[in-house]
Amino acid sequence: MPAPNRDQGLLLSRRASRFRRLGSLLGEGSLLLITSSSVFAVLFIFYFIARDAIPFFQLKGIAEFFTSTAWYPTGDPEKFGAAAIFVGSGLVTAGAVVVAVPLGISAAICLSDVLSFELRQMIKPVIEILAAIPSVAYGFFALVIFAPLLQNQGGHLLAVAFWIVGLPVLGLASYIAASLTATRFDEEKRTLVLGLALAVFGGGSFWLLSVIGDLLGSIEIASGTNALNVSIILGIMAVPTVVSVSEDALQAAGRELREGSYAMGATRAETMIRVVLPAAASGIVAAVILGVMRAVGETMVVWMASGNASQIPEPFYNVLEPVRTLTATIAGDMGEADHVTGSARYAVLFAMALSLLAISFIMNLLSEQFARRLRKKRG
Amino acid sequence: MKYSAVKSLVSAVMAFGLLLSFSSATVSAQMNPNQIVIDGSTTVGPIAKAFAEHFMRENPGVNITVSESGSGNGARSLVNGACDVADMSRFMKDTEFAAAVENGIFPVAHVVALDGIAVIVHPSNPVRGLTMEQLKQIYAGEISNWREVGGPNRPIIMVSRDTNSGTYETFEGLVMNDDEIAQGAEYVGSNGAIRQRIQSTQNAIGYVGLGFVDRTVKALPIEGIMPSNETIVSGAYPIARPLFMVTNGYPELGSNLHRFMTLYLTETGQEIVASIGFIPVTAYR
Repeated sequence: MPAPNRDQGLLLSRRASRFRRLGSLLGEGSLLLITSSSVFAVLFIFYFIARDAIPFFQLKGIAEFFTSTAWYPTGDPEKFGAAAIFVGSGLVTAGAVVVAVPLGISAAICLSDVLSFELRQMIKPVIEILAAIPSVAYGFFALVIFAPLLQNQGGHLLAVAFWIVGLPVLGLASYIAASLTATRFDEEKRTLVLGLALAVFGGGSFWLLSVIGDLLGSIEIASGTNALNVSIILGIMAVPTVVSVSEDALQAAGRELREGSYAMGATRAETMIRVVLPAAASGIVAAVILGVMRAVGETMVVWMASGNASQIPEPFYNVLEPVRTLTATIAGDMGEADHVTGSARYAVLFAMALSLLAISFIMNLLSEQFARRLRKKRG
Repeated sequence: MKYSAVKSLVSAVMAFGLLLSFSSATVSAQMNPNQIVIDGSTTVGPIAKAFAEHFMRENPGVNITVSESGSGNGARSLVNGACDVADMSRFMKDTEFAAAVENGIFPVAHVVALDGIAVIVHPSNPVRGLTMEQLKQIYAGEISNWREVGGPNRPIIMVSRDTNSGTYETFEGLVMNDDEIAQGAEYVGSNGAIRQRIQSTQNAIGYVGLGFVDRTVKALPIEGIMPSNETIVSGAYPIARPLFMVTNGYPELGSNLHRFMTLYLTETGQEIVASIGFIPVTAYR
């Protein structure tokens, strides 16, 4: 893009009248305002949230909010310990990442480098539909269908899910391990060794799968509205974001790069894993962070289906316990009651909003930093 | 130039915000006979809102605003003359009453409805009933297995209304006393959502307004008494309380406020009360 010539007026030549010049000034000014309106929006959001959040810290101090797990905003005395709520947000987000990232990145790889063009044109819009479903519909599904299912069939469901994920992964892993073993032997023995190694590794993996599957199958889930439920749903909600951003990154790696790799004798898999993925890494990191933000900020699903129990699960990674998140607390406690402005109970919600804002701000900075470092490393 | 444009935008937005905050300032009560300002309990709020909606439809010239800021704030507003009617889910405390009289305000309480809370479990749950003590211990986390109250050997899943609701306020006040609900309790945003959770969860216990009990859940007798309109108005059922609207003196006969404050005595008023899940005072018959 050519740089604009600063000496030349945007609309008028040098010889225009003063009146017209004033008009052009106004025009440029309003264009600037329109462009910067989103910047202002961010600044104002920060300002107004901070303005209502700071009274909370003045009233109650900082220590209780971040360290105590006792959340009794209506109690006497009121207790505003949000530590458990922070843990809940973190747990749910981590769970969503575990679901969304492998799913999203493998789908992106599949779309950009594996599937044929026609198939890709059909599948991508379907994935994007996931992003178009309103979150209250996800929440309703999570509460009315998924939660009872988890309660009644939870163990079996977990076992089946484990098999579906574990079978192809371990299958592929044992095939690769068997092939690697076989290459160490002479040409004529290779097929025999390959068969034997396949049997050993395959059998081992199968045994492992069934042991863990049985273990999962025997789990009883007491309450279906828990961290696992919302993690899975949030993960699915974040998938379209991860897929489309990382697919764009993979596409942007370019045809020349791939062809160069093929020319060096690399297979498609080698090209994909060793060349294209590293080249697209910064874009994929950005995709993951966008997905994380989607999960952190989601409100309706967690309010409906996470159980909203203000507790730190025992042990802390136990996703089968109900948890409470920041967003759900803000939504639920704001509610229909218009609290008296300035009370601690009102301000604490803004303190939470400020924390959320700070979290996403830090995440954004991190992703910028990460992308910049990657770019620098590659020169 | 560009900098000053930015500055003028900032000041424009500020001015707009200021304007907004002025327009939302409290309208002074009791001055305009066509204006009724109501503030107070979140439990009574829905009744006041439904009444206001009905009243304004019948009397297009009258404007009624209903805020829900809690019983205490309702009382304070009445004492300060900032509202005409204070919705209260409890009677005024002696300090509030004294402050009112000192300010020349003479609180008159009208009981507009009764509030009863049913404790519900899954229909398959064999538990026959609970005492108030057991109920409190369950929600405090001291009883965590149904076996301890005559049920199967299964963990108890506590479901509660969100802390924002009047139902929670009532339950906390009448059942928990000074204890806190255990941290493991699940919180749900509406009476309907609690019923949904109980329907689908075998081990769950929850509480809802009496109007929300139906065949899909099982209401438990408390201290041996089933919740019903009769047991609640007779005072036999323990988790119940009267709901008040408090005015400054008795409203002048024939005024809008008087007609509004007698709405609950009419058949329509009673139907409105019953339709939002409370017990109308005519249940005394």
